[in-house]
Amino acid sequence: MIWNETKECMSRDDILNLQSARLKKTVSRVYHNVEFYRKKMQQLGLEPSDIKGIEDLDKLPFTTKEDLRDNYPFGLFAVPQSEIVRIHASSGTTGKATVVGYTRRDIEIWQECVTRVLAMAGVGTNDKIQVAYGYGLFTGGLGLHYGAENLGATVIPMSTGNTQRLITMMEDFEATAIACTPSYLLHIAEVLEEVGKIDKIKLKAAICGAEPWTENMRKEIEAKLKLNAYDIYGLSEILGPGVAADCDAHDGLHVYEDHFIPEIVNPETLAPCKEGEVGELVITTITKEALPLFRYRTKDLTSITYEPCKCGRTLARISKFKGRSDDMLIIRGVNVFPSQVEAALLEMGEASPHYVLIVDRVNNLDVLEIQVEVEERFFSDEIRMLESLTKKISHVLQSALGLAVKVTLVEPKTIARSEGKAKRIIDRRKLI
Amino acid sequence: MLIKQLSVFIENKEGRLERVTQVLKDRNINIASFSLADTAEYGMLRMIVSDPDEGRRALKEEGFSAKLTDVIAVKIPQRPGTLHKVLKVLYDANLSVEYMYTLATAGRDTSIIMKISDLSKALEILKQSGYELCTAREAYEINNIENK
Repeated sequence: MIWNETKECMSRDDILNLQSARLKKTVSRVYHNVEFYRKKMQQLGLEPSDIKGIEDLDKLPFTTKEDLRDNYPFGLFAVPQSEIVRIHASSGTTGKATVVGYTRRDIEIWQECVTRVLAMAGVGTNDKIQVAYGYGLFTGGLGLHYGAENLGATVIPMSTGNTQRLITMMEDFEATAIACTPSYLLHIAEVLEEVGKIDKIKLKAAICGAEPWTENMRKEIEAKLKLNAYDIYGLSEILGPGVAADCDAHDGLHVYEDHFIPEIVNPETLAPCKEGEVGELVITTITKEALPLFRYRTKDLTSITYEPCKCGRTLARISKFKGRSDDMLIIRGVNVFPSQVEAALLEMGEASPHYVLIVDRVNNLDVLEIQVEVEERFFSDEIRMLESLTKKISHVLQSALGLAVKVTLVEPKTIARSEGKAKRIIDRRKLI
Repeated sequence: MLIKQLSVFIENKEGRLERVTQVLKDRNINIASFSLADTAEYGMLRMIVSDPDEGRRALKEEGFSAKLTDVIAVKIPQRPGTLHKVLKVLYDANLSVEYMYTLATAGRDTSIIMKISDLSKALEILKQSGYELCTAREAYEINNIENK
């Protein structure tokens, strides 16, 4: 079902006109309220009046995750504290989290976007939806929750963890929809098979995101659970989940262009890519109040098409992601940067030991193992001390990454050395 | 009275233990005694060898994590109850034994290698209680028939 026909089925001309008007207003407001952007624009000799419409978008500077980190925590907010009603945070490249804020209106925009996604997935007021994304600072749980509530569906706020309880309630409550990561959903399917309940459940739709997943994974999920699985995209810097999502055609994710202007650029040269060419997704927010961003480099690699879709929507579609232009990984839905691992190990006092992080997927769940060389300075011949060392490393990493890591001690020089940047993370999962 | 024990970290991979013994053999180093502790992922090989410094150097060259740890070897007569007696002496002095194993038995006495929480206090207590300790030289040379 199309939730907002006016906005989801406008002509391309109407979309461009709307975007131009909203961009102009945003640029003016940002210039006067965000010192960071005002300085940047001044350096470029730019004034708000120079941005007359969407054709001038490329005059604006790019924004990166580093800019958010450098202005941690609230340096990029465009409104006073009293107007911020929500804060969320996600992993930063090193120790500092990426902090985002929302005004009341921003929450409404977010809600509306997620509601559109759910309606697109066929979810309605008669559905009972289990929201099994993490609730808390992560935008996944609360994002889907508010969107589903706004839609009028019956929301069951499961969060993550405790699969047993999720399955019991899925059966007892006769849940008809679920929102969670695709790997978790496959894991749930496995457990359901094991306990012989897979034919008893009433799920008809799944809204999966927070990590990349292939077309094959979608087919596997749909075959096992006999439902329709939809792809939802988002990032907390721009909104949270709900920036884009796919429809029944499953031929790309519709971007909500009335709120976000997508661009595809070459990650090396930053030159614009042609329609259909793979490059880095860059997003400009044109309605958000608390944290408006110009040309935010998402580091997600994709292509875009403006052709109308079979579903009737005219919103541009981005393809399923082809990878990242940086070295970030998503493990169990959590963003992990290799540099975070390095930084965490350094906190143990001494210089970081030689290590390699291995990411794999076992029984559809991501597992993380760090192999650490037993160098001279760490070597004790008492097993008690070595176990204490592995516990310490495990604890330090769990704190830093928010993920459980298995620590394996290995003999020195068994981890490959390389000239230049050492390959610290080996991803054995086949995701793309 | 402090004996240099050679400790080697061994990954649970095929052939690692065999490699260690090959290295020592090539250097004509005799193993007087050893203990092999195992965990799920790795083993800890502790040895008293005829030339601990050379043994360590050679193993490190081979890429092993090898270290020298100070231990003591206390002589006790070979009769029931003698081990208990010496452990009680240590316990009464608030000392704890991290690990222990036998050094090769020679004659009526057996020598027990021990790693103790406070080695200098242990030496004092044991001497006071009339115990005899192996010298380092004695320990390294025990049963080194080839080189005698």
